[in-house]
Amino acid sequence: MTQDNLKKTPLCAACQAAGAKMVDFHGWLLPVQFESILAEHKAVREGAGMFDVSHMGQVFVEGQDAWAFLQYVNTNNIKNTPGAGTYSHIVNEKGCIIDDAISFCLTPEKFLVVVNAACVDTDVAWFKKHAAKFNVTVTDDSAHWGMIALQGPRALAHAAKLIEGVQDMARFTIKEITLFGAPAYVTRTGYTGEDGVEIMASPEAIVKVWDALLKAGVKPCGLGARDVLRLEAGYLLNGTDADGSQTPYEAACGWVVKLNKEDFIGKEALAAQKAAGLKRRLTGFVLTGAGVPRGGCKVFKNGAEVGVLTSGTYSPLFKGIAVGYADTDLEDAAEVEIEVHGRRIPAKKVKTPFYKNRV
Amino acid sequence: MHNAENSKYAKTHEWAHMEGDIATVGISDHAQQEVGDIVFVDLPKVGQQVTAGQNCCVIESVKSASEIYAPVSGEVVEVNEALKTDPGLVNREAHGNGWLFKIKSTAPAEYEALMDLSAYKQTIGQ
Repeated sequence: MTQDNLKKTPLCAACQAAGAKMVDFHGWLLPVQFESILAEHKAVREGAGMFDVSHMGQVFVEGQDAWAFLQYVNTNNIKNTPGAGTYSHIVNEKGCIIDDAISFCLTPEKFLVVVNAACVDTDVAWFKKHAAKFNVTVTDDSAHWGMIALQGPRALAHAAKLIEGVQDMARFTIKEITLFGAPAYVTRTGYTGEDGVEIMASPEAIVKVWDALLKAGVKPCGLGARDVLRLEAGYLLNGTDADGSQTPYEAACGWVVKLNKEDFIGKEALAAQKAAGLKRRLTGFVLTGAGVPRGGCKVFKNGAEVGVLTSGTYSPLFKGIAVGYADTDLEDAAEVEIEVHGRRIPAKKVKTPFYKNRV
Repeated sequence: MHNAENSKYAKTHEWAHMEGDIATVGISDHAQQEVGDIVFVDLPKVGQQVTAGQNCCVIESVKSASEIYAPVSGEVVEVNEALKTDPGLVNREAHGNGWLFKIKSTAPAEYEALMDLSAYKQTIGQ
């Protein structure tokens, strides 16, 4: 596929002007790196970096039953106080993950659900299918929003120059604001393990936000650094760490399943799985030998296969790190081997997150 | 001493510089830019027999693994030990101190068949 056939975000030209190396990411033309993945990683861990995440989806759920509907399609308890956001999984009747998303309550009758780019169409179709018995309307508004994730210990200070009072926002909250004359949203969220905000604004306004942050010295960062940061922080990458056949329990996200709430899609299957126990669960590994683990690499213990990696990378902080589905009877700190390019490299099972974040 | 001008190139982006029958091998500056930050080099073993065009080394960057093909056949007689603690040397000095390994060549014609710098540059559109 040539770049011409790919969808472009409102920040595409700005990214290219900043020297981005662009790649095809689920049909979107997005920056994988600017200067260097390692330099971008360092900027986010020590200063401030920004990512074009305009490809992510914005879905509005409105109406009298907005909250009841979201409770039904989510495994977690969705907060219904204005300003509150809730991370949750959306699962099918078998309890398998369709997507992970954050639902932000704007008013008790209006929510903004921010979903993964690759899942927008699937999520919207799923929502609409189940919306019939509720008094709600579901609107995919993704095309009208650009989005920047501003992350790092200095992120809030940079955001404060554009958004009054942003430093007083609590984690996982949303605020409706005006940016460069246009309505916008700011949320105190991110996918890096650092403090920061995500800003959603009109395609025109988001370019102005990018330019202002760039001028202030915020480092533009690409998908390459984002993947290292999120893996260090122990965040699930839907589509990679969950391929549609795993439940939140298997994906080591059992905390987002609230079996004590009223009926929701997948409840029965998840309750049954919880009672029966799991065979494999998403597990963290760190290499103790030299090498870089990758998704697809197999994990062995005493010569027997005990797991398969879904994500792995080189972390500047922890060297070779990975997550993968491994036997649940593998004990903590188990010494294993991970096969990389035909070579078995010593590794150890560890608890995630690898990076004990400050947020 | 090897440099970009006095080396020959494989279309898979390795360079080789021959002195006597010893070929020093590395990757081109263009290649290091393409792979990005190099964080680990899985070098061949000294004494290992390698065959021209076959994979004998892996370069890991943050985002991907790249196989390195031997530009000439022979025995690996030395590897660049400095890369074990500083793999980024390949990024910084691809044509100098960032060399990968040395091969005692058994077939001089293989080296002669490699491209010179200007022919290589054409293949990468420079």
